[in-house]
Amino acid sequence: MTWKTTAARILFLMIVIGGAAAASAQQPPPPRPSDPTAPTQPPSAAQEGFVPVDQLPKAQDTMPAARLVAIAYAFVWVMLFGYVMSIWRRLSTVEREMQSVSRRIGTGGRTP
Amino acid sequence: MQKLFVPFAIVAAAMFVCAPFIILAAPYESTMGLVQKIFYFHAPIAMTMFVSAFVCGIGSAIFLFTRRSGADRVAVSAAELTSVLGIIVLVTGPLWARKAWGVWWEWDARLTSTLVLWLTFQAYLLLRRYGGPGSDRLAAGVGLFGMANVPFVYWSVNVWRTLHPKTSVVPTLQPGMRGPFWFCFLAFILFFMLTLHLRTRLEKRRAELEALYLAAEE
Repeated sequence: MTWKTTAARILFLMIVIGGAAAASAQQPPPPRPSDPTAPTQPPSAAQEGFVPVDQLPKAQDTMPAARLVAIAYAFVWVMLFGYVMSIWRRLSTVEREMQSVSRRIGTGGRTP
Repeated sequence: MQKLFVPFAIVAAAMFVCAPFIILAAPYESTMGLVQKIFYFHAPIAMTMFVSAFVCGIGSAIFLFTRRSGADRVAVSAAELTSVLGIIVLVTGPLWARKAWGVWWEWDARLTSTLVLWLTFQAYLLLRRYGGPGSDRLAAGVGLFGMANVPFVYWSVNVWRTLHPKTSVVPTLQPGMRGPFWFCFLAFILFFMLTLHLRTRLEKRRAELEALYLAAEE
């Protein structure tokens, strides 16, 4: 594969992904405050900064936050642990294979 | 790094064991309550993902211009880590959003650009696996593009209208929240360094195995 082909492929990928990002990022213009027909915005959830409190605020909907937090943290743990185990397993497989090939070379290519 | 690996791994494991207790002790956020606790893992993982994308991009650039195989090994390892961290960010974010915004997903600038960033690194890994000869250079180009995407993802909340918290949140964190946040960030950066080292070693071993097979054939 020549450098020109590689460069052309990279350029093509950049255009496709960049185009997708630009198209998806297009937002409708924000409504003017004086416009009575403008839809009201939902209240933002601490967009500018977080305000700490000692007590939990009263629940406003039925979605249990504790379950969502538990799922989120469990997912993080499982993913991180699973990934480390996957690297470990792949590394062990390669090491075993290396030993096997080294032995084969040592015995002059004959299978034991 | 080889000598420091075990002590660093012990420190990282201890930090991950302590993290839930530190997060539990942090104050609640006034409007979001308990669900905001996801922030202490979600945001540091996202920042580590950005670091990982940069490592991949820099490794790819070095490989493209100097053809050093070591740089390529670091790049492919960082790309895989970006992909793993990216899927965590893309799953924990909606879990937080469902409670805070009332929806699992919004096609706004931050969420969409993060998805595009993750897809870019998926493209990188697919290219490496199925691209055939020359795919390493092509993938390096994709890695560079992925790195270039990071500032857009970071600034997207400040430029476009979005429900996502802005970049001003982290610098303005109150002391009770600041400590747990940076503690978790440090833990994830340590985890990133350790897994990057391990994953790069795997790539090196694979290259050595390939050389051994060639030697065995001769």
